[in-house]
Amino acid sequence: MNEETRRIIAGPFNRVEGDLEIRLDINGSAVRAAYVNSPLFRGFEQILEGKDPRDALTIVPRICGICSVSQSMAAAHALAAAEGIAPPPNGERIAAIIHAAENIADHLTHFHIFFMADFARAIYAGESWYGMASEQFRAKNGSSVQDAMNARASLLHIMGLLAGKWPHTLSVQPGGATKAPDQRDRVRLLAIIRQFKDWIEKSIFAAPVERILAIDSLESLRAYHAEAPQHGSLRLFLTICDTLELGSMGLGPKRFMSYGAYPMDGRHLLPPGIWLNGKIMPVDTGLIAEDLTSAWMNGETAHPFEGRTLPDETMANGYSWCKAPRMAGQTVEVGAFARMLIADHPLAQGLLQDGAANVRARVVGRLFEIASTVLAMEQWAADIVPGEPAMVHGRIPQSAKVEGLTEAARGSLGHWLVVEKGRIASYQIIAPTTWNFSPRDQAGTPGPVEQALRGAPVRHGEETPVSVQHIVRSFDPCMVCTVH
Amino acid sequence: MKRPTRTVLWLQSGGCGGCTMSMMCAENPGLFATLENFGLDFLWHPSLSEESGTEVVDILNDIITGKRTLDILCFEGSVLRGPNGTGKFHILAGTDRPMLDWLRLIAPLANYVVAVGTCATYGGITAAGNNPTDATGLQYDGRNEGGALGAAFRSRSGLPVVNIAGCPTHPNWVSETLMLLSEDALALSDLDTLRRPRFYADHLVHHGCSRNEYYEYKASAESLSEIGCMMENLGCVGTQAHGDCNTRAWNGEGSCTRGGYPCINCTAPEFEEPGRMFTETPKVGGIPVGLPTDMPKAWFIALASLSKAATPARLRQNATADHIIAPPADRNTNLK
Ligand code: SF4
Ligand code: SF4
Repeated sequence: MNEETRRIIAGPFNRVEGDLEIRLDINGSAVRAAYVNSPLFRGFEQILEGKDPRDALTIVPRICGICSVSQSMAAAHALAAAEGIAPPPNGERIAAIIHAAENIADHLTHFHIFFMADFARAIYAGESWYGMASEQFRAKNGSSVQDAMNARASLLHIMGLLAGKWPHTLSVQPGGATKAPDQRDRVRLLAIIRQFKDWIEKSIFAAPVERILAIDSLESLRAYHAEAPQHGSLRLFLTICDTLELGSMGLGPKRFMSYGAYPMDGRHLLPPGIWLNGKIMPVDTGLIAEDLTSAWMNGETAHPFEGRTLPDETMANGYSWCKAPRMAGQTVEVGAFARMLIADHPLAQGLLQDGAANVRARVVGRLFEIASTVLAMEQWAADIVPGEPAMVHGRIPQSAKVEGLTEAARGSLGHWLVVEKGRIASYQIIAPTTWNFSPRDQAGTPGPVEQALRGAPVRHGEETPVSVQHIVRSFDPCMVCTVH
Repeated sequence: MKRPTRTVLWLQSGGCGGCTMSMMCAENPGLFATLENFGLDFLWHPSLSEESGTEVVDILNDIITGKRTLDILCFEGSVLRGPNGTGKFHILAGTDRPMLDWLRLIAPLANYVVAVGTCATYGGITAAGNNPTDATGLQYDGRNEGGALGAAFRSRSGLPVVNIAGCPTHPNWVSETLMLLSEDALALSDLDTLRRPRFYADHLVHHGCSRNEYYEYKASAESLSEIGCMMENLGCVGTQAHGDCNTRAWNGEGSCTRGGYPCINCTAPEFEEPGRMFTETPKVGGIPVGLPTDMPKAWFIALASLSKAATPARLRQNATADHIIAPPADRNTNLK
């Protein structure tokens, strides 16, 4: 550290899920280096060992209260692979609707409650948009914040109808879902989904969903913005992006991954893939390894089938409970924007800055995903056939080595399960935020967020720089999942 | 009428945040309206407040030094005592100090201490298996009094920790407890033997279960997704579980049993280790071991065999189907 470098510890980092601390080395008016620490460890991987594999369906959702269904989906996929079964069409649709409702609720919570509140901070009082931002997004009582909470609660009536309750349902099963819907469930679902669609069209987009999904370039996004800059929270966000240059802030690695989500009739609504230099390739999970160099963990770098979770707080080089997953030795960014890019959405390319995601791209990616997912949900609900079964039954084998892959709101979630003598011999989990918020690896390569924070602007006298808050929250971290 | 303001501090530790996520589903009125109308002022909540970093640490220090008074401390998630009693499995970010210590510093200063969720009340899911982090509840370690604060702990009002058990908690269990505390209207006698608010814990999940008719006739589901009673084969303990889950809807109109899966008694200490698979009923000689608590076993067996003999064909058929295949007959009952 030279003369002008100062070090600050940012934490507790509010409005993220779980506990997060970031060490920042600041040089003059910019961040020089960042070190991300997940300071809370619970040990779910050990808790699962020795149990009946089916008990995972009760335990893993409780890893996380914000993406509990995603955890259930990953476990259900792993168990389905072990049992060699696949859900019937109704089961696929019900499971996808439950999962999509959670993912959309997460995007909604993130935008309205976690992310936008920072633009209502006093530091921005001089900006032209400040009045609108603080009226709508002030923490706790901003008008859009209250509105979004109500819309979220109504959307989650889907859970009451199909999943019993949220979070922590047991309805998602390897062979489908426990609730076989009748005629009335089908139309009630449509009613909930259509009401929610009306709300996002009024509140977020101030435009029909179809109009949003037709936006295929930065130019047409600009045209949509210019049409009525005062209307809808997406446009307000774009206004803010322009003044604060959020489109070039928080650049992550130039590699993206998705495991794919919502399998339906043999394909995924959101396809799996790796994005590298503009090319989309298949995901080879055999190339994944978790590096423990900077984690308070004992052991060697290993693929999750071989990996163990042995916490050791005395590790000299450790600065986080989070392991560092790498794909073929490299960092990748995961999340809604990665999915948009891998789905080859024409707008996604335009949102990249120098080949990397940024604060604007991540947030726009989420809002667009809300729009496209709602349309898909409406179709799935319409396609339910009352009277047809929603699940099939299988048998757990004495031994198995299987993976369960899905996409949570925040990105790629994988469970790796080894069954021996009918019990769980090993259960390793790599959550989306484990990818994005991983610490440095053996080669000293920073994790995606650590990289994105390099160069973040620091205003005079700031203790926790507001730019750092925008960048960190643009990833929508979920720290309870990260270290599980 | 101007309501006095009550300050609330909300801390999270070894849990999943799900109790907060559930609370945000409160409806009619929504969470923020409830807080406002009952004069509940969140000094800080990790998901809902603007303050971050040093601003938060300042709030905590103000409470400790007496600059701010704290009426209600809500604690979500279990308290991690490990490794080796240090609490280092959760250092509160930005403070270099274990959450265990923060809790012990702040709890005695609050008028009321509320444990939100089964993690915070009894240890919960984080304490399952070999309990790698030595997780415990605030004032209970499983069924045993003690926990992180000790059996003798009382908050400034003289109440022990109020245990809103549930994994997750129903949004209204939390908001109604806070409403009552805002009026100082929750006394020791309003808590049950495990210190859960009686307004929801004096009910059983069985009450209002939509499968009651199947229960009466012991018409049982054999596998998940079938609509018969889940007690005999699928591990459902709704007849013993404390909660108003089937008379007070979850997320509009749901409950575990309505969603097609058994009640796993998530409001109870040690629900996380049932000593069997969650979705299978252990039996001895074909008889389920976990029978309704207030019924002599012999009676239950006698009644069950009687009612089994009398099961209407309609119920027997429907119990193992995933939807109603035999509807009730339409008869003119002549009931006037
Ligand atoms: S009690 Fe359950 S829902 Fe609440 S924090 Fe613990 S695991 Fe999450
Ligand atoms: S029905 Fe049982 S498991 Fe479900 S929420 Fe209620 S008490 Fe918990």
